[in-house]
Amino acid sequence: MSNHLLSLLIWLPMAGAVPVLIAGARGSASRWIALAVAIATFAASLLLLPAYHTDGAVMQLVESTPWIASLHVNYALGVDGISVALILLTSFVGVLVIVGAWDVIKDNKPHQYMAAMLVLEGLLIGVFCATDALLFYVFFEAMLIPMFILIGIWGGPRRVYATLKFFIYTFLGSIFMLIGLIYLYHKAGTFDMATLAALPLTMKEQSWLFFAFLIAFAIKIPMVPVHTWLPDAHVEAPTGGSVVLAAVMLKVGGYGFLRFSLPIVPDASAHYAWLVIVLSLIPVVYIGYVALVQEDMKKLVAYSSIAHMGFVTLGIFIAFMLVRDLGNVDAANLGVQGAMVQMMSHGFVSGAMFSCIGVMYDRLHTRQIKDYGGLVNVMPWFAFFMVFFAMANCGLPGTSGFVGEFMVILASFSANPWIALIAAFTLIIGAAYTLWLVKRVVWGEVTNDKVAAMKDINGREAFVLTAFAVVVLAIGVWPQPLVHLMGGSINHLVQQLAISKI
Amino acid sequence: MHELSTSILLIIALAPLAGAVLAGFLGRVIGRAGSHTVTILGVAISCALSFYVLYQLVWGGAANYNHDLYTWFEIGKFNASVGFMIDRLSAMMMVVVTFVSLMVHIYTIGYMADDDGYTRFFSYIALFTFAMLMLVMSNNFMQLFFGWEGVGLVSYLLIGFYFKRPSATFANLKAFLVNRVGDFGFVLGIGAVLYFLGTLDYQTAFDAAPTLVGQTLHITQNHAWSAATVIGILLFIGAMGKSAQVPLHVWLPDSMEGPTPISALIHAATMVTAGIFMVARMSPIFELSSTALSFIMVIGATGALFTGMIGIVQNDIKRVVAYSTLSQLGYMTVALGVSAYAGAVYHLMTHAFFKALLFLGAGSVIIAMHHEQDMRHMGGLRKYMPITYITMWVGSLALCGVPFFSGFYSKDAIIEAAGESHRWGAHYAYICVLLGALVTALYTFRQMHLTFHGKERFKVVESHGHGHDDHGDHHHEPGVLAHAPKESPWVVTVPLVLLAIPSLLIGFFTVGPMLFGDWFGKAIHVSEAHNVLAEMGAEFHGALTMALHGFTQTPFWLVVAGFAITTYVYIFNPAMAGRIQRIFKPVYVVLDRKFWVDEVYLAIFARGGVKLGRLFWKAGDTAVIDGAIDGSASLVQRIAAGMRRLQSGYLYHYAFAMILGLILLLGGFWWFGHV
Repeated sequence: MSNHLLSLLIWLPMAGAVPVLIAGARGSASRWIALAVAIATFAASLLLLPAYHTDGAVMQLVESTPWIASLHVNYALGVDGISVALILLTSFVGVLVIVGAWDVIKDNKPHQYMAAMLVLEGLLIGVFCATDALLFYVFFEAMLIPMFILIGIWGGPRRVYATLKFFIYTFLGSIFMLIGLIYLYHKAGTFDMATLAALPLTMKEQSWLFFAFLIAFAIKIPMVPVHTWLPDAHVEAPTGGSVVLAAVMLKVGGYGFLRFSLPIVPDASAHYAWLVIVLSLIPVVYIGYVALVQEDMKKLVAYSSIAHMGFVTLGIFIAFMLVRDLGNVDAANLGVQGAMVQMMSHGFVSGAMFSCIGVMYDRLHTRQIKDYGGLVNVMPWFAFFMVFFAMANCGLPGTSGFVGEFMVILASFSANPWIALIAAFTLIIGAAYTLWLVKRVVWGEVTNDKVAAMKDINGREAFVLTAFAVVVLAIGVWPQPLVHLMGGSINHLVQQLAISKI
Repeated sequence: MHELSTSILLIIALAPLAGAVLAGFLGRVIGRAGSHTVTILGVAISCALSFYVLYQLVWGGAANYNHDLYTWFEIGKFNASVGFMIDRLSAMMMVVVTFVSLMVHIYTIGYMADDDGYTRFFSYIALFTFAMLMLVMSNNFMQLFFGWEGVGLVSYLLIGFYFKRPSATFANLKAFLVNRVGDFGFVLGIGAVLYFLGTLDYQTAFDAAPTLVGQTLHITQNHAWSAATVIGILLFIGAMGKSAQVPLHVWLPDSMEGPTPISALIHAATMVTAGIFMVARMSPIFELSSTALSFIMVIGATGALFTGMIGIVQNDIKRVVAYSTLSQLGYMTVALGVSAYAGAVYHLMTHAFFKALLFLGAGSVIIAMHHEQDMRHMGGLRKYMPITYITMWVGSLALCGVPFFSGFYSKDAIIEAAGESHRWGAHYAYICVLLGALVTALYTFRQMHLTFHGKERFKVVESHGHGHDDHGDHHHEPGVLAHAPKESPWVVTVPLVLLAIPSLLIGFFTVGPMLFGDWFGKAIHVSEAHNVLAEMGAEFHGALTMALHGFTQTPFWLVVAGFAITTYVYIFNPAMAGRIQRIFKPVYVVLDRKFWVDEVYLAIFARGGVKLGRLFWKAGDTAVIDGAIDGSASLVQRIAAGMRRLQSGYLYHYAFAMILGLILLLGGFWWFGHV
């Protein structure tokens, strides 16, 4: 079985969606099937850990079958340490969103919701497994559909505007990528990503391709100034949609940079690294201030996500300065590791933050900060989790939120102290917007009767938040296993950055 | 020479954590008594073993301990670990932290007896002890930062302990953010250490520190700073946050919103001294930069004098002690700045005892006064609470540096070291710390007189309600008590007595080795060229001689002057205070408004930040970016509406625009690819 493990991981949840749909809206059968499928997928993803060897220079667990023979397109899968980590994140979050939606979506086509979630999960795993660029593109595009449905059907009042904005933005970006891929196919005669990575390209070609990829992934991750779809999408999305969106979908953007921009167009990436670095530093300050004044909790966390993802792109592209200008491979490794740990951490922390907001929303049906206040008086356990995740969100050591930021800041200092200086500003502004939120929502006297009637979290909610908390704490206390898992692959990637393709 | 046992060190760090977890998660199950039992047990174990470790290091012939426990991350040549470095410096800190913590734990049983958050409070203070121990026992910068932020977290939680009070949640947010400003510098300092020295491990970094000489960091193309200065100043910015140095001192007075026991433990004895400890620990690096040390000295001296002056006009008994803490932290910082690291750490130790004593004593008064903190409603309490009264006097005399009391040895040494130093800024520092002695005496004796002496300025009305900390907002009428003040229970007074003993005696017995001997050994590094303590040590002839000599020195007579003034004003001529206040109105206003620092920060950073955020959001995100997006969407819509009329009318307009764009772009690529 282990030689088809990746296919299993992709198709198990998608196939599992069928019985969920058949089970229908009545009763709880659909939910139980969905949960069983999600747990089975998570269990199967854990098999990756023993199956994967962490030296990580080449793709492992590879599968390849001709798919569109006339175009030499293969159904080709494979994973390295980076993919394994992201697949684990996806399947883990996959279970928690099913549990999180258990009672919440009960009256509104729960079977379809669960099925959409499972399909989305399968497609996301597909993105992280694909080693054929066209296959990647198909998964990359296809995952928009279930997310479109999730926001469009179970979303808030302005869901139509939000879904359109979300869809058009990301679709627009991927169009550019498709053009780039077609050009590459035209040159290489294949969509095989390893071949494309070895393909010699002139600086001019690389530059065009670089911007094509940049637009696609910058929108996805998202970077300033193409980020405005994210707050709208989050605000309208149901809790589970927000969790998957923040925890996993944004990571596809960072993953794209690592899989496409870096290996295929390294020279252009190095040449334009300054641009990406500037675009990564702007959100730390600019988005930090924007987050500070948000009145809607989800928007605030959405903006905070943008600021955090700035560290991902910063860590990735700082590596070029370190490798090419300074020859500091170790610091470059530190930067890319920092970016990856930040991606993983943000997956758990933002997922947990959106789950917390979901818990509040389920009780009061509002996301406005001013409608809350003094929750600690009526929901002490919830307050515990909320403060814990808020602290993780502002990068407190001992939580996962610290690890990635710390690594990226340290690496940046070796490249240029001024970059580190701006990046480190997140310590202040991140704490300001997160803890001001906590002050207004959690602390204080109970502000109104509705809050006074709120009940503390139930067992199901406690399970979801505890699961997130355990991982956040584990990575914060001992990041080495995660670092080791990804280390071989990241080192291989960083070594490649030094080699010019011109 | 034998090694310390790793298990013992682990137990020291983890026992308080275990107590915190049990009391925190199972507080309702194990109840109040269970909660205080597990946490006190944890801290007591930790304290006993800390004493054992110190004994082993000093008399038992144990070697310094420096080992990693596990690898936190390892990337190329960089690695960060969790580990312990135990030498006399860290062992002394462990003893101070766990001992004061234990006293505060016991005291809390009495102080928080009627509080709903009893188990939560014990969980927090035990967690604090764990984080503080991780900080002082660390053998690397990463773990130092973990402990550093960990104590910051607990401080945040404890300042906001009465979370219903708006002032408390304001204060804890403020404290966290101001500390984060310091941490901002601190993280960059760690980045600089890694960049220049290639390691996060203390010992490796200290061994490599001499290579910093001559290295520079390019700030601009043709301007460079010395590496040691950059590292020193950046790390010290961290200390400025945590140890509340000017201009990041503003959070400490507000931290008095927290319950009194933690003001003693966190905001006086231990956490706020973390910055002092850190600089002493990093002495091999700081010694390389006279510029950084001058910077440290000037900052410290400014705080020592000016924050002390604010203390003179405070009416809240806790706030007087809070400003006193700011001022004393300034003294320690001056000591660091003149390379008298041992003097700084020595004052840290004596201060921990007498300041914890003063805070707990103030807390005892507050209990007796039914949570009234305004000294204008006190007076004459000495006959109601003799133990508190006497122990407070011990603490006060130690604070003022009266010969033979522990504070004398540490504080006098700092004043003298500042006088001996030839470093840039030392004259200013000397004047500040010398005048500071007078200021210290003024606020200390004023506080003692207002609280314990003179006429009673409160009334006892038997039927009156019983006010409390946690519902302190709707307070009873000021100065009216339900029943007469009485001495606090033994759980409160025993810690006072146990802290009074070292406040009185520890200086006399330890000054020789710790201050002038080579007690700290290699833990503190001072280069020969500016070792002021060694110069002073040459003239040291025992604790007795030093104390007797102290009676002839300026600082002592300044204290006597302070006592005379306050006694005249507050005991013999109470109307005088008001008159002085009126005559020196401008000075009074400046001090009462605390030099307007809070107002300025609030206007610029808090309100200004929100305004800036609104501007960015409305002008940037909403108007420019979304304006362009929505504008182009409606443009597409209009074009497509036209197109739709031309065609069948069923084409989805957005998709159509995209396909059109796709074709254009494909064509463009093809075109450019072939030219």
